[in-house]
Amino acid sequence: MPPPRSAARVRVHPLGEAAVLAELGTRLDTALNTRAIALAAALKRRREVRQAIAGYATVTVQFDPDQISHDALAAAIRRLATKRPPMEEPGRLHRIPVVYDGPDLDDVAHRLGLSRDRVIDLHVRPIYRAFLVGFVPGWAYLGPLPDELVLPRRPVPRTTVPAGSVAIAGQQTGIYPLASPGGWHLIGRTSVRLFLPDSDPPSLFRAGDRVKFFPAGA
Amino acid sequence: MREVLRVAQPGILTTIQDAGRPNAVASGVPPGGAMDRFAHFAANLLVGNERGAAALECTLKGPRLAVLQPCTVAITGADFDPRVNGASVPSWTAIPLAAGDELAFGGRRAGARAYIAVDGGVLGDRWLGSLSTNLMCARGGMHGRALAAQDVVSAGEAMQPVASGRTLRADLRPPYGDRVLQVIPGPHFGRLDPESQPLLFSTPFTLSHDSNRMGYRLNGPRLEASSDELLSFGVLAGVVQLPIGGQPIILMADHQTAGGYPVIATVISASMPVAAQLAPGDEVRFVQTSIEDALRARTAQRETLESLTS
Repeated sequence: MPPPRSAARVRVHPLGEAAVLAELGTRLDTALNTRAIALAAALKRRREVRQAIAGYATVTVQFDPDQISHDALAAAIRRLATKRPPMEEPGRLHRIPVVYDGPDLDDVAHRLGLSRDRVIDLHVRPIYRAFLVGFVPGWAYLGPLPDELVLPRRPVPRTTVPAGSVAIAGQQTGIYPLASPGGWHLIGRTSVRLFLPDSDPPSLFRAGDRVKFFPAGA
Repeated sequence: MREVLRVAQPGILTTIQDAGRPNAVASGVPPGGAMDRFAHFAANLLVGNERGAAALECTLKGPRLAVLQPCTVAITGADFDPRVNGASVPSWTAIPLAAGDELAFGGRRAGARAYIAVDGGVLGDRWLGSLSTNLMCARGGMHGRALAAQDVVSAGEAMQPVASGRTLRADLRPPYGDRVLQVIPGPHFGRLDPESQPLLFSTPFTLSHDSNRMGYRLNGPRLEASSDELLSFGVLAGVVQLPIGGQPIILMADHQTAGGYPVIATVISASMPVAAQLAPGDEVRFVQTSIEDALRARTAQRETLESLTS
């Protein structure tokens, strides 16, 4: 069976002498992300690989250059990327209650030409995918967001966003696990804790998990 | 467990750090660990520890420590003018201390981070496989915080008798004084405008005062890059990001684990100790190197450290 055509386009860029960025594509796409997660898992099983983290459509690989050269690793990545990913187990499903009273909800509705209720309705409709866990502890980039809700991020980020804030930006949605600066639009809040410092792993979400929001109290 | 040191004055930011928690990045937790791995490893090896044992990382100013029990320490990295009972003692050298001694520092002469290793290794809270202090999550090390006055630092049982006076020659240490970081162009170097590409290497940058263990903000010429948004991807210490605004950021030990800014360069492993010793206000230059030269420099540092184990 010929390899999928896209595999030929895997680009492997050096990140210093002991890491590479393998780029499977540049689109926000569930199939690409599935391949990235499978490739990261396959790479992690190799002795010379110290860490492999899937991004949306990439894998960041840290390796031991005493055990394998950059070129040999790039060849191994291209070879692994041509393999059909194993049938993906459906990620764990998390149901997250949200109080939709965020400080940006009215502004978001106004800018999108929608009612508040319509914004909420659209936000709770999909089952989102956790494309990538990272940035800050417990944060997951969730998506894709319905097209009707797509807005660029705020021009000036807030210096502090409270923990538990539910936010949207571009084709993505997410929950701030910790109080932190942030440039996304805040449409609600949840009491579910995303960062679990005394658990291992300390994040509720893992890459590939599924997330469904519902209005709290409903 | 031995209670070896009592903190009289903690300095500005003194934390317990080991080799970090590289596997926690899958949950978005920074890998952390000592900023200057060369100095940290050397300090441990000089006192007979495993190189990745926990030690104290002292930022810009040394602490004042009362010695509670006999122990051997090595002080490496930045030169803060170490003194025992007021008398100068050499850095990068195993020093025996007796109960009642005082270890203190005269003031900063060079560098930004000094390491104090104690024979047996410093003890602390273990979190996600590491004793390193993570201030944002308030976990690890001394209960997730910097050392404070009256804290007691404990160490494990010493594994082997230490030859006091063991030292690492100056010419075998990283070229801290050069303030030159060797880099390999990053995946998105080509997004820089043709005029900005040479600026990265021809102009010095200054470390902003808004620099810390998470990352260094650099002030310098504004670098212009195409502004298409990137989908977020995993990043690592040494990555040089170019955020909107055109002033680069070098990611350091407590970096955010993913980002979507263009990566214009990556600092090679052998230059990260030099980066770790930069202080706010310092000037720094980027020099382009090859993977082959980066590997040679990496091997040379490893062999220097291995020479301390024999």
